[in-house]
Amino acid sequence: MFGAHTSGGEVMIKHLLSMDQLSADDITRILDTAESLRQVTDRPIKKLPTLRGRTVCNLFYEASTRTRISFELAAKRLSADVINFSADAKSSVSKGESFKDTAWTLEAMGVDAIVVRHGSSGAPHQLSNWARASVINAGDGSHEHPTQALLDLFSMREHFKDFNGLKVAIVGDIMHSRVARSNIKGLITMGAEVTVSGPPTLIPPQVASWGAKVSYDIEPILPETDVCYLLRVQQERQSEQLFPSLREYAALWGLDARRMKMMPEQSLVMHPGPMNRGVEIGADVSESPRSIVLNQVANGLAVRMSLLYLMLGAPNQEIAA
Amino acid sequence: MSAYLIRGGRVVDPAAGTDRRADVLVRDGLVSGVGDDLDAADAEVLEAQGAVVAPGLVDLHCHMREPGREDEETIASASRAAAAGGYTAVCAMPNTDPVADSAAIVEKVWAAGRAVGLVEVVPAGAISRGRQGLRLADIGEMARSAAQVRIFTDDGHGVQSSLFARRAMEYIAGFDGIYAEHCEDESLAAGGQMHEGERSAVLGLRGIPSEAEELMAARDIALARLTGCRLHLLHVSCARTVELVRQAKAEGIRVTAEATPHHFTLTDAALEGYDPNTKVQPPLRTETDRRTVISGLADGTLDAVATDHAPHALEEKDQELTFAPPGMVGLELALGLTLTELVEPGHLELMDALDRLSTAPARLLGLGDHGGPIETGAPANLVVLDPAARWEVDPDAFHSKSRNTPLAGRPLRGRVLHTLFKGRPTVRDGRVSDRELAAR
Repeated sequence: MFGAHTSGGEVMIKHLLSMDQLSADDITRILDTAESLRQVTDRPIKKLPTLRGRTVCNLFYEASTRTRISFELAAKRLSADVINFSADAKSSVSKGESFKDTAWTLEAMGVDAIVVRHGSSGAPHQLSNWARASVINAGDGSHEHPTQALLDLFSMREHFKDFNGLKVAIVGDIMHSRVARSNIKGLITMGAEVTVSGPPTLIPPQVASWGAKVSYDIEPILPETDVCYLLRVQQERQSEQLFPSLREYAALWGLDARRMKMMPEQSLVMHPGPMNRGVEIGADVSESPRSIVLNQVANGLAVRMSLLYLMLGAPNQEIAA
Repeated sequence: MSAYLIRGGRVVDPAAGTDRRADVLVRDGLVSGVGDDLDAADAEVLEAQGAVVAPGLVDLHCHMREPGREDEETIASASRAAAAGGYTAVCAMPNTDPVADSAAIVEKVWAAGRAVGLVEVVPAGAISRGRQGLRLADIGEMARSAAQVRIFTDDGHGVQSSLFARRAMEYIAGFDGIYAEHCEDESLAAGGQMHEGERSAVLGLRGIPSEAEELMAARDIALARLTGCRLHLLHVSCARTVELVRQAKAEGIRVTAEATPHHFTLTDAALEGYDPNTKVQPPLRTETDRRTVISGLADGTLDAVATDHAPHALEEKDQELTFAPPGMVGLELALGLTLTELVEPGHLELMDALDRLSTAPARLLGLGDHGGPIETGAPANLVVLDPAARWEVDPDAFHSKSRNTPLAGRPLRGRVLHTLFKGRPTVRDGRVSDRELAAR
């Protein structure tokens, strides 16, 4: 369904829908390529001709500034033409054009890749059945956000040579988080040890079968944590009675300066953004040198360039000056 | 009138408990002889060599969509699909638009079924007005109408209020009706897209826990004990519900239950490609649930195989899974799936399978003309099936107006050769013969 896993100079995968598709070698190749491409962005002329004449469409059914801009810039740096298409994700029978008709319209325009964000889990899978273009999942419902996981892995690799035995804590709403799902899969594929923490109502009981450990209490795990990855708290979870209040959340699971001090000296704090300062992350923590939130943003560009390059480009071509 | 000789078949008759080689002569709508040397010089021969002759199938649970969604299905198209599937009687669910909650609507459905004349259309009435769960529907008037409604359900929703369920059971019991429940606690199931478990967690789809069904089944069984009302549990999907029904029956509570072919064929693994055709309510459950449903059908804890035939327009299913309505079509697949998934692997004897598809549901609905026995003087509602025939599911060949099934291309065993409704072939050599009926 997902296209073949190949190594070497072949196009790696047709679609990127889930981190399940990527082996450790695939991930390493994506990160290595991203590293080479990042040097391009440090040049005065920040552009490669690789995707000249190719068209990438950003199809966004959910508002997102950073992911869309990151993909747009990544495609443009590789000389692709970029179109942006934003739509409301509503049941399309009653109003507007259906998801499938939109897919076919883009298909008829001859786009080469569709970067899709959708509030409905599985929408990129469905799109990949309808479209000949490559489909890249830019976040679907509560399912996955593979490019976020790849950029997070890239950011971690900058600081830690090896994923083997790296201890990562992911804290917050695991249940509804596509970022958590993709990161857990990617980290475990790379050999890291993952522990999740957060309100018991927001941690699916199935997490253990994903290979992650669970600690409802955050403090005991902090001294052993190399990376503390904080997830954004969605306000609506409070109104769904999944935890009593933001105050209680902050008190029990928020990473403030006191808790950060429990972590080892070389450890990192990460967050996919946008942050709720004072809830899941203390304002002082977000601005401490341990926080690499802005590196994550910068690395997102390189990783997305790498993916477009490997999926659409001519991967054998040297990334020459 | 006409005479037909069904020749050379094996007559499997769950109502009589007999299984023997015999010809069946049908004359003027009735079975006029079962045996070897029948006086049939004037009869047309329907070949049944190597085939099984059984009572026509009876479906307790079918969404015919008329009135209101004639683009998805009509009483005529559903009747054709039913005949093609071997059915001679089909219970029409009341979640139409308008809802079948009054005598006028159920009589309209009943009369439309008679006018089409391919199967007996047995309308179910709603329990509550508009299926809102707030005020009782015109239960007595529906029971006393020409449609003689016997079974009441808000199917599509469970009755959420325990007090309302109690009152409805008390009232329905007074008409010796059946209170049929779509067991689902909506506060637990809200927003759910599939069975809650390992797979829903990975797929990022909100789950519907088995407990949403189990809780309402347990409540209804307690209320049936309290009120003495006959209770029927629709589309049982999980192991614990089967256990509850087993215990309730042992206790002597008047409860019956059905299971669908999709719940004994598929599991939540089918959701992995996010195909909206795999979305049903109740959802496809685990392998343990599937096996327990099969064992429930085998030992009779679950009385009937019912299709929950739920046609949906292509544009409704061809969208994001979370937006697509739940349901799949079933009338033309139920027999093949029963033979393939239950009989061929040895879970049920053919006799028991035909009981669950015909005799038991006919008895449950009080349809004396259906479900056998196949004996002289009985109404000739019969199916002749080739249990060995192999075929592949092809939605484009359906008689139903809708094609929503995830089973396209699946190899099945067992196919309808002839269906006789009131002594006339509605299906002959596998083809629906409505031209002949129209000329009647």
